Amino acid sequence: MTVTQKSEIGTTSLPKPPKRRDYKTVLAYLFLTVGAIVTLFPFAWMILTSLKSFQELFSLGFWPESPTLANYSQVITQTKFLTWFGNSLLIAGVTTLSVLFFDSLVGYTLAKFEFPGKNIVFILMLSTLMIPTEMLIIPWFVGVTDIHLLNSTPGAYFSIMFPGLISAFGVFLMRQFFESLPNDLIEAARIDGMSEFGIFWRIALPLVRPALASLAIFTFLGNWNAFLWPLIVIQKPEFRTLPVGTALFNGEAGTQWGLIMAASSLAVIPVLLVFAFFQKQIIEGIVLTGLKG
Amino acid sequence: MAIPLIFFLVVRFLPTFVALRLSLYDWNILKEVQPYVGGKNYSRLIQDGIFGKALVNTALYTIIGVPAQIVIGLIVALLLGKIRALQGVFRALYFAPYVTPIVAAAWVWQWLFSPQFGPVNTFLIWLHIPPQSFLTSPSQALATTAALVVWQNLGFQVVLFLAGLAAIPSTFYEAAEIDGASGSQSFWKITLPLLNPTIVFSVVTGTISYLQLFTQVVNLNFTDQGGPLGSTMTVALYIYQMAFGRFQTGYASAITVVLFAIILVITLLQLRFLTKRVNY
Repeated sequence: MTVTQKSEIGTTSLPKPPKRRDYKTVLAYLFLTVGAIVTLFPFAWMILTSLKSFQELFSLGFWPESPTLANYSQVITQTKFLTWFGNSLLIAGVTTLSVLFFDSLVGYTLAKFEFPGKNIVFILMLSTLMIPTEMLIIPWFVGVTDIHLLNSTPGAYFSIMFPGLISAFGVFLMRQFFESLPNDLIEAARIDGMSEFGIFWRIALPLVRPALASLAIFTFLGNWNAFLWPLIVIQKPEFRTLPVGTALFNGEAGTQWGLIMAASSLAVIPVLLVFAFFQKQIIEGIVLTGLKG
Repeated sequence: MAIPLIFFLVVRFLPTFVALRLSLYDWNILKEVQPYVGGKNYSRLIQDGIFGKALVNTALYTIIGVPAQIVIGLIVALLLGKIRALQGVFRALYFAPYVTPIVAAAWVWQWLFSPQFGPVNTFLIWLHIPPQSFLTSPSQALATTAALVVWQNLGFQVVLFLAGLAAIPSTFYEAAEIDGASGSQSFWKITLPLLNPTIVFSVVTGTISYLQLFTQVVNLNFTDQGGPLGSTMTVALYIYQMAFGRFQTGYASAITVVLFAIILVITLLQLRFLTKRVNY
């Protein structure tokens, strides 16, 4: 292992090193490939099983002998899959927009304004990260049952999403990012007579796109896959989200492996697409936000 | 600023105090009368064998899971740093489990590790190793569950370490090379110390998440009892069982208060002992 190679870890934008095909690079590729195969095996198994016919399900072959989309059409026509999918999309979508808006606003205020009690506010928000969700869930549940929100249309959706509408982690992330923006820029806009909200919206926000992208994907992902709170708070089948709906598959339909695998494969698609499109910004976002310390 | 502040007060702080108060009552969502019982819920906890088991299991998950995902994550990130072509492709491949819904992952895991028709046992037989019972065995279920969590978290861990590695100025490695340092020397003397903030972040957030382990455990077993003979039961699952299965809300609240205290103490200790200031 030579030190020249080590320095490549440092940045991805360094000029390309001289082309050397030494055995260490080959070994790195080899290990990564084996690792990726092991990592992806469960994933591949899920998709391949979803394509198997009922007769073939319990055969041990890896590839389906006669691939069929029967499981998919059955999931879509015979279960409430589309409703659950829509519910999850709505809840994760609204939550993500809310987090992006409020967290960047709070993060910006904490980074660029001076006001009494600023540090206390920041520390209090951060300290909420240590409160276990389990501890909050019982009072939340008592609260939403008391005001009878759970069976009506806007009320039930609101109950599922309200805990996630603002995230302390996101505030922290956005604050770190806004701190790195030069003050001169904001001063200049102020002199030009721009409103404070205009400065935030038109100048500061566009400059922090990578942070917004990574915050968006992690918020969307977290809410798309959220399980504990929705499981408790959803009372009627029509309000179920994708994870809750698929988890309750078993009890209601017997273990229908083919259907479960098809539903799971479909649930992965949106997040995988978003990650594929934004992976550069997401990683850049993490690098720049000071998550590194 | 007002809306977010009110949000944090109403959604985070207020419920914390409500939970503290509930833990002093024999609270039951289904009943009208909620008698005050003082510390009785807490003294019951001390004698509760299942709670003790849940506590030990949760500790085991954390001790297995956190180091495993950090070490494997670091190795993958270092290897990714060594290659040029296909780096993005590999990054996306390793990230895939992280975006898989936990419920879906749990289904696949049950299938893979199934004693009768699971591909893992087929592979073991092919290697002339006797098939194992995995999730149906009280002694192997916890480790198999932990493996699922590590598998899912690996992608995020790798991205985190890639970010941490990218933040180390390459001039350090160049200087070390001039001084004639070997590869392993620069790893131990440069990479690892300068990666300390990332590692602390991973240890602290990883520990907090393992201490609250719930979704994987419940979905691998379809019960709130925790695997074969309670062998995979965690504290979070026990809270769920008590609060929403048996409606012993007061008692469940007492467990949440204990969990909160544990998380607080461990987080503060970790921050105190792991953080080393590296000046550069």
